[in-house]
Amino acid sequence: MSLSTSPALPRRWHLPLALRAYQYNLLSYKRTWRGSLTTTFLYPVLYLAAIGVGLGRLVDHGSTVAVEGLPYIWFLSPGLLAGTAMQIAVNESTYPVMAGIKWIKTYVAMLATPLEVTDVLYGHLLWIVTRVALASGVFLAVMALFHVIASPYAVAAFPAAVLTGAAFAAPVMAFSATQETDQSFVVLYRFAVVPLFLFSGTFFPVAELPGWLQLVARVSPLYQSVSLCRDLVLGRMAGVEYLGHIAYMGLMLIGGVLAARVTYRRRLVQ
Amino acid sequence: MRSGEDGPAQCQGGSSEPSRPSAAPPMNTQSRGPLTAAVKARSLTKRFGEFTAVDSVDFDIHSGEAFGFLGPNGAGKTSTMRMIACLSPISGGSLQVLGLDPMHNGSQIRSRIGLVPQDDTLDLELTVRDNLFLYGRYFGIPKGELRERVDELLEFAQLTERANDRVDPLSGGMRRRLTIARALISSPELVILDEPTTGLDPQARHLLWDRLYRLKRAGVTLVITTHYMDEAEQLCDRLVVMDSGRIAALGSPQELIEKWSTREVVELRFESEGDEAHDKALADLAERVEVLPDRLLLYTDEGDATLEEVRSRGKFPIAALVRRSTLEDVFLHLTGRRLVD
Repeated sequence: MSLSTSPALPRRWHLPLALRAYQYNLLSYKRTWRGSLTTTFLYPVLYLAAIGVGLGRLVDHGSTVAVEGLPYIWFLSPGLLAGTAMQIAVNESTYPVMAGIKWIKTYVAMLATPLEVTDVLYGHLLWIVTRVALASGVFLAVMALFHVIASPYAVAAFPAAVLTGAAFAAPVMAFSATQETDQSFVVLYRFAVVPLFLFSGTFFPVAELPGWLQLVARVSPLYQSVSLCRDLVLGRMAGVEYLGHIAYMGLMLIGGVLAARVTYRRRLVQ
Repeated sequence: MRSGEDGPAQCQGGSSEPSRPSAAPPMNTQSRGPLTAAVKARSLTKRFGEFTAVDSVDFDIHSGEAFGFLGPNGAGKTSTMRMIACLSPISGGSLQVLGLDPMHNGSQIRSRIGLVPQDDTLDLELTVRDNLFLYGRYFGIPKGELRERVDELLEFAQLTERANDRVDPLSGGMRRRLTIARALISSPELVILDEPTTGLDPQARHLLWDRLYRLKRAGVTLVITTHYMDEAEQLCDRLVVMDSGRIAALGSPQELIEKWSTREVVELRFESEGDEAHDKALADLAERVEVLPDRLLLYTDEGDATLEEVRSRGKFPIAALVRRSTLEDVFLHLTGRRLVD
């Protein structure tokens, strides 16, 4: 009936809706960023110092052959970069998603405004990617301070780490939106995140694993990122292998987003 | 019906109402007469699987009026609210909100309405001011304009002194006021309040009512669910009583009382048990007699005369009260006295 009289949105409403959701995270992070200082800035320094330098000295002196012909800290740090990107992504796409749905209900509040479910999803995903980018940038800077960057290609390890974050965040967000409690997140950590972190070539070459585990490691998601970051930081030209890793993580991202669109809608629109 | 005098056209002056948030000017105010439908529902239905929460209801909510949804828990009030707020897709029938179709224009409709949900969705870690500010950004309000708006709303909600405190330690009444202020951030034409005062002490409720009156006077359409009868009687121009997903009655509080109850009610308490016996003896004195565990209610138009009559028949209650019928009598008559959890 009165459809013709319905006003168009005023001109000023230009900021894309997903970015408005993103802005919530950004502004609320500005108020609470101190809490994440340790994870973002201190951990990479501690890890590289303790494991890279300390343990590395033992490894380098103890073994007759250095790891892949490199000082241990050279081998380790790109792996840690990838592993850290994964951990931050998973952290940020489990408990904060539950908070959005249930604990703080940020999502619920957003959905009463012009934002749609996909805006809420994309805004949050973009935020998680920002967090990963921030941490990865700091990590690479710390690596530069430790003089463990061998090649200008290391610059490309930054987008690789960011892609890692996005690739893990999207499917984990999809999963988190299906959960009623946070108990499953502990399980996810114990049986997925920690094993991936330990056995994807982060701390030692997968070639050291028994045969069948080697195969499992090579098709695991974090292995793609670890190899990619390591080859880039060390300036090893891997060619088509790069593409394989990128395509693998790209598929994780796309599949994860498609799944999250379904699980978010199912959970939030009833 | 009062909605005529509360039409939005008369209320744009605002000078008589200095602390009112400059809510408003909804863009096409002039084109809406006072009786334009802000919400129009026909055979509106909501199903969750096998369960039908809202069962083919019809109603119109006029622009500028305060419209109430009353009903026991599980009557379908909140489901109806959520459909109007474009949070929940309809399962059947048709629904129009501000002249638009929620199925296709949800985002656009939500940009013009304010929602006060049953459970607060405030961010407890952030300050009062930040909660308002961040919410305003969802509506795309530019920062400079938003800052002014936030200050006005802090004043409106009497939270200026707590502006920079975190929400966490605030009382229930303050949080509720903050939620209402937040819902007004975009100067909505329609504000939906789902049980706005549940759990608040009397002082907090009265303060909230006062704020809602001001909105109403400013021409904002209010849609309120409540199970407080006094709240409905105070605030609502018209209301529906819902029961089991259906509309049991619709009208102004006065109309509902006239239609579904008598002018007065005589409440009698007798010494002995066996109100049933008294019931039989007194049944012809009133239009309707209701027997409660502890007392007898006689629905009648002339309470004092009826009470005289009772005494003249040799029945002497230990306590007797003549009072006017209230919405509560209507409500209990329509929805029954069984307990719904």
